Amino acid sequence: MRKNTIIFLFGMSLFFAACNNGGTQTANSTTSAATEQAATPAASDTKSYDPKRGEGKFDETNVQLGALDAAMAGKGKAIAEAKCFSCHKTSDERLVGPGWKGVTERRTAPWLMNFITNPDAMIDKDPEVQAQLEICLVRMPNQNLAETEAREILEFMRQNDGAK
Amino acid sequence: MKLNKVSIGLIAVAALWISSCKPKNAAQAVSGDAAQKVYVAPGQLDEFYSFVSGGFSGQVSVYGIPSGRLLKVLPVFSVDPETGYGFSEESKPMLNTSHGFVPWGDEHHLSFSQTNGDYDGRWLFANENNTPRVARLDLKTFTTKEIIEIPNSAGNHSSPFITDNSEYVIAGTRFSVPFDDENGDIPISSYAEKFSGALSFISINPESGKMAIDFQLKTPPVNYDLSHTGKGPSSGWFFFSCYNTEKAYTLLEVNASQRDKDFILAVNWKKIAEMVKAGKGRKVKTKYAHNVMDENTHTATSTIKDEVLVLDIADLKDVCYYIPCPKSPHGSDVDPSGEYIVGSGKLASLIPVFSFSKMQKAIEEKKFEGDFDGIPVLNYEAVLHGEVKKPGLGPLHTEFDANGNAYTSMFVSSEVVKWNLKTLQVIDRQPTFYSTGHLTVAGGDAKTPYGKYLVAWNKITKDRYLPTGPELTQSAQLFDITGEKMQLLLDFPTIGEPHYALMIDAKKIKDQQARIYDINKNNHPYVAKGEKEAKITREGNKVHINMTLIRSHLTPDNIEGIKVGDEVYFHLTNLEQDWDLPHGFTIKGSQNAEVLVLPGETKTIKWQPKTAGIVPFYCTDFCSALHQEMSGYVRVSPAGSSTPLQYGTGDSAPKAAK
Ligand code: HEC
Ligand SMILES: [Cu+2]
Repeated sequence: MRKNTIIFLFGMSLFFAACNNGGTQTANSTTSAATEQAATPAASDTKSYDPKRGEGKFDETNVQLGALDAAMAGKGKAIAEAKCFSCHKTSDERLVGPGWKGVTERRTAPWLMNFITNPDAMIDKDPEVQAQLEICLVRMPNQNLAETEAREILEFMRQNDGAK
Repeated sequence: MKLNKVSIGLIAVAALWISSCKPKNAAQAVSGDAAQKVYVAPGQLDEFYSFVSGGFSGQVSVYGIPSGRLLKVLPVFSVDPETGYGFSEESKPMLNTSHGFVPWGDEHHLSFSQTNGDYDGRWLFANENNTPRVARLDLKTFTTKEIIEIPNSAGNHSSPFITDNSEYVIAGTRFSVPFDDENGDIPISSYAEKFSGALSFISINPESGKMAIDFQLKTPPVNYDLSHTGKGPSSGWFFFSCYNTEKAYTLLEVNASQRDKDFILAVNWKKIAEMVKAGKGRKVKTKYAHNVMDENTHTATSTIKDEVLVLDIADLKDVCYYIPCPKSPHGSDVDPSGEYIVGSGKLASLIPVFSFSKMQKAIEEKKFEGDFDGIPVLNYEAVLHGEVKKPGLGPLHTEFDANGNAYTSMFVSSEVVKWNLKTLQVIDRQPTFYSTGHLTVAGGDAKTPYGKYLVAWNKITKDRYLPTGPELTQSAQLFDITGEKMQLLLDFPTIGEPHYALMIDAKKIKDQQARIYDINKNNHPYVAKGEKEAKITREGNKVHINMTLIRSHLTPDNIEGIKVGDEVYFHLTNLEQDWDLPHGFTIKGSQNAEVLVLPGETKTIKWQPKTAGIVPFYCTDFCSALHQEMSGYVRVSPAGSSTPLQYGTGDSAPKAAK
C-alpha cells in the first residue's frame, strides 16, 4: 500500500515536471515539520520502580518524621477538606478512593509524599495502586499540592492513625 | 504487493492531465512532497498556532499549522452554549453594551500584543464590526478577558490593529455617523456636512493589558477599511486606508467608486498622544460599556462609561496627512523594515508602494496637491516608491516575509502573488480556490516575520470539499513559501468567515499555558472549597446552591424543598486540580445552556422550575468511568408548599420521615 502511494506521488511529480503552469515544483523540499519532530515516546520503565518509595522527588533523606505536630496536622486537615475529602473518608470505609485509616502503616512516608504529588506516574507503575484502580475505576487525581501542603496532609494522616 | 486499483486509476488520471495541463482546474494537484510537509504524526505537535477570525460566527478559532487541524474555538463576541459563555451569570456582563445584552458579534481582524514590533505572546486582540467593540484575550488561558465598546463609531472594521510596543490598539470606523453628542435625527443626505469618522486610540496597560479609550480623532466622513502601525523608522505613525472619499451615502457600490484615488491617512499618533497629555481635546458625552473578567472571582463586571476625549483632526497641525491611493484601498500594510507602505486598491490594476522617507521629505518640502476638508493631501509622485504593474485583479491585502518579498491576495482573479519590495517585479503567482480575502504569512505583519508558511483565506469554496447542501464551509489554503515559488500544500475547512488570521511560533506560547485555576485563589462569592462548604441558602424565592463537582459525584446530589416560582442559582465549583478535567452541568428542561466548569473554577447557571416533580441533573462532560453515575435529583414542590429545604450526598442525603 505504501509503495503504491509512492508510485502515485512519483507519477504526480512527473506530471508537474512536464507542466509549467502550476509552478509547484520547488527545489528545497527536504525538511518537514513532521520529520523534524519525529520522536518516539519513551516507554514507561517499570523495572526501576521501587514500590517502597514510589516515584517522585521524595525519599528518606527529604521526608523526616518526628513527634506529631498537631498544628501542622490541623493545616493538613483544612487542605484535605478542600482537595481530598470528596473522595476519601478518614475511616477505613471506601468512598471514591480507599479510606485513609491505616494508610501510614500500609505505605511509607516517602511513598505517600510521592503519590499525592505525582499520582499519574505511580498509578501506571505501582502494582498495588493498579489493583486499587481496578476496584475504584477512578484515577487518583493530581490535586496540584504544594510540597508544604503535601507534608501537612501527611501529618494529618499520621494523626488520623494515632501517631503521637 | 499488488498495485491497488485506485492508484493505477490515479496515475492514469495524472497522465491524462499531463496532456491537458489546464491551469485553474479546481482539482489542480499538489506536488509529491506536499503530504509529507503537512503530516504531523499522531502525538506530535504543530509548529505554529494560527488564530483565525470567525467573521459572522463572532468567535476566534485556533488551528495548528502545518496540519490545518482545528484545536479550539474561543468564544469572544457570541454566546457559546457549549461552554456556557454568555449563559452563565458570571459571563453575561461580558456581552453587555450600551444597547444592553448583545448575543452575537461579527469578528473580523486580530492583533497580537507586540514588543518592539514583534509578537510577545501575551494577548490577542479581536474586533467586532456591528456593535463596535474590541476584545482582549489572554494567551495563557485562551479566554476573553475584556471587551470595550467604541462610541461615536459604526462598523468597527479598521480594527484592532496595534502599535509596535502595544501602546494603543486602534478602532477605525467603517461607517461615518453623527457623533453621539450631536443630533442624529437628521436627513441622511446631510452626510457630507453632518457625519463624521472616528479613529479611536485604546491604551493598553503594559502590565495588566487593561484597555481604556485614551482619545478619539474626529475626521471627515469617509469609510475606514484597514490600518497598520509603522515600525522602525515609521514607528510612531499609523496608516489608515479610506474609501468613499466621494462621501456617498447611497448605492456606494457605484457612488463610492467614482474617484481615481482615495486615501491612506497617515497619523502621527505619538505627537497626538503628547498633545493629549498636555491637555488638548474636549470631553464628549456618550455611552459605552467596558467589561472585565476577574481572574480570581471568575466573574465579569460591566461598567457604562459616559465620556470620551475627542480631538478634531482639522484642528491639529502637522500630524495628519492624506496619501492619495488608487481606487478604494483595502489593505494598508507596512513592510518589516517600516519603510514601505503598501496600499491595495481593491478596484485598481496596480499596487502602489509608498516610501516613508519620501513621505517625510514631502512633508518637509510641503509637496501637497491640495487639501481634503482642511487636511493636507500629499503629492502622489512625491511619496511613491513605485507601483507593482499588473499584479492581478482585486488586490486586497499584503503581508511580508523576512527576505524582502511581499505577498498580495487577489480577490477577483483568485490568486496569491509574490513580488519583490525593491524591484516591484512579480516573482510568482499561484491560483487559489476561490476568491481570497486576506492572506497570512507566519509573522507577516511583524518586524521579524517567520515566513515559511502562507495561508490564503478564501471566500468561496464550491467544489473543494464533499458538498454539504447550499451552505459550505469557507476554505483555507496553506502554501509553503520557503522556495522561490509558492507551493500549495493543503486545503482545510474553517468556521464562520475566516476573515483574517495570525500565525505565531508555537514555542512562544505553548509553555505558558495554564493547566488549571488554583482553587486556593478562587474568590468567587459562592465558591465551595470542598464538600464541607457545599450548602443551600434561601433568600425569599432566590435559592443559592453552592455545589461541588469532582469525579464522579455532585454535592449535594439530593435536593428537596425547591418550589415552583423559585429562582435557583447553581453555583458550581469544580474541585479537581488536574489538567483537562472539566465537569459540565445541566438540569432537565433548563431553558439555559449547559456550563463547562474547569478545574478550580466556579460558574453559575440559573434555573426556574415551572412545575412540581422530580428533576434530574447530571455532569455533561464524560469525566471518568463513573461519569454516568455523576448525577442527582431535585424535588420541586408546588408554590407555597411547606416541604423543608434539605440536601446532601450519600450518608447526608435527606431520608424519608418514618
Ligand atoms: C476524585 C477522587 C479523589 C480525590 C479528589 C482524591 N483521591 Fe486519593 N485516591 C483516589 C482513588 C480512586 C484512589 C485509589 C487509586 C486509584 O484508583 O488511582 C486514591 C488513592 C489514594 C491514596 C492511596 C491510598 C491507599 O490506601 O493506598 C492516597 C494516600 C490518596 N489517595 C491521597 C489523596 C490526597 C492526599 C488527596 C487530596 C490532595 C486525594 N487523595 C484526593 C481518589 C481520589
Ligand atoms: Cu463529570
